[in-house]
Amino acid sequence: MCTTCGCGDTSLVPVEVHERILAGNDRVATHNREHFAAAGVLAVNLMGSPGAGKTALLEATARASGGRWRLGAVSGDLATDNDARRLEKAGIPSRAITTGQGCHLDAQLVHDALHGFAWKETDVFFIENVGNLVCPAVYDLGQAANVVALSVTEGEDKPLKYPVMFKGADLVLLTKCDLLPHLDVDVARIRDGLARVMPRPEVIELSARTGAGVDGWIRWLEARRAALPRATGAAAHVHTHVHTHAHPHVHEHAHEHRHADGTVHSHPHGHEHAHGHLHVPGAEGDHAHGGADHAHTTGSGHDHGH
Amino acid sequence: MHEYALVEALVRQVETLLRQRRAVAVHRVVVSMGELAGVDPELFRTAYDTFREGTACAGAALDLRPVAARWACPGCGRAFARGDVLTCAPCGMPARLDPAGEELRLETVEMEVP
Repeated sequence: MCTTCGCGDTSLVPVEVHERILAGNDRVATHNREHFAAAGVLAVNLMGSPGAGKTALLEATARASGGRWRLGAVSGDLATDNDARRLEKAGIPSRAITTGQGCHLDAQLVHDALHGFAWKETDVFFIENVGNLVCPAVYDLGQAANVVALSVTEGEDKPLKYPVMFKGADLVLLTKCDLLPHLDVDVARIRDGLARVMPRPEVIELSARTGAGVDGWIRWLEARRAALPRATGAAAHVHTHVHTHAHPHVHEHAHEHRHADGTVHSHPHGHEHAHGHLHVPGAEGDHAHGGADHAHTTGSGHDHGH
Repeated sequence: MHEYALVEALVRQVETLLRQRRAVAVHRVVVSMGELAGVDPELFRTAYDTFREGTACAGAALDLRPVAARWACPGCGRAFARGDVLTCAPCGMPARLDPAGEELRLETVEMEVP
């Protein structure tokens, strides 16, 4: 203000922002979500306490799905890649995300882990989060569904103690139910707690060890997959989605965008691109979608960014 | 302990704003914190006090404003009491949470501009 008179005084102004502090993460998550949707991949964010049985659940999922889907996973862990190695052994191509001191996965970690990984060749892609009932709930990763594994050994009041985790869950898998005869745990009380923190409480009781109830979980995944927008009938829907979300992350994530752009452009050019290895999934996505409309739409959405 | 990561995001947001406005200093940062944002206010304060050293927020007071979680029926508008089952008995509809109750938002930044 005072530059005009030259006195050098500054003035104090309140600048209204009203933006989510995780807006940066949300933009990358939106970017991930667009890519999962465009490739027809069901991305599931699997969360739960350490030892809730997340990895065992995925092993059981591989057994029970009987090869009907191509599965893939990234697995977040502080210090080891044990879980990813277990999943590989179970027949789920996996990649470890070692977070060091990080107590959760964020959208950028997931995005980076997807590079060079043939995730577009999967039908169901699991993001096995760091074992933790608090922090992972705060970060959108671009998943289509949040699933929380809650073992019956954790106590009946877990939902009431950790409402933020359960509030955002689309499904709660009550794991280790084979142990119920040995425990003083009332499943009805767990369900009651969930109904007080989840507006749409959906619960499946199962045991990864015996396989009991796993069929219900497979059916749930099947229904979720059926609800995914398809290239054929629902291209218009995908179109809208891509367009709505293409712009916000353009400004701050030009780097990722370049990759996304490359992905699109790699369709026609195949392996001619220098960074072709990053975009192999892109080429697959095009196949999955077939429709020239769709490919064009995605392309124009990204072109906007440049 | 994701509070440190959140504070880091907050400080970056403020620094971007500072550059855009060519401000010389930041005096106050106002943050609203939903009850169900999954953030511990005391940890957030501690993280802020630790992390702001050497950043644009070094001399900026943190004004944390708690926002209560408010669930209501999207059909009849009935408000839910704390601990209620989150389904409206008469309407059969799932409760809806007011977004502010689950968000962590940078609301206002008081800065000194030339």
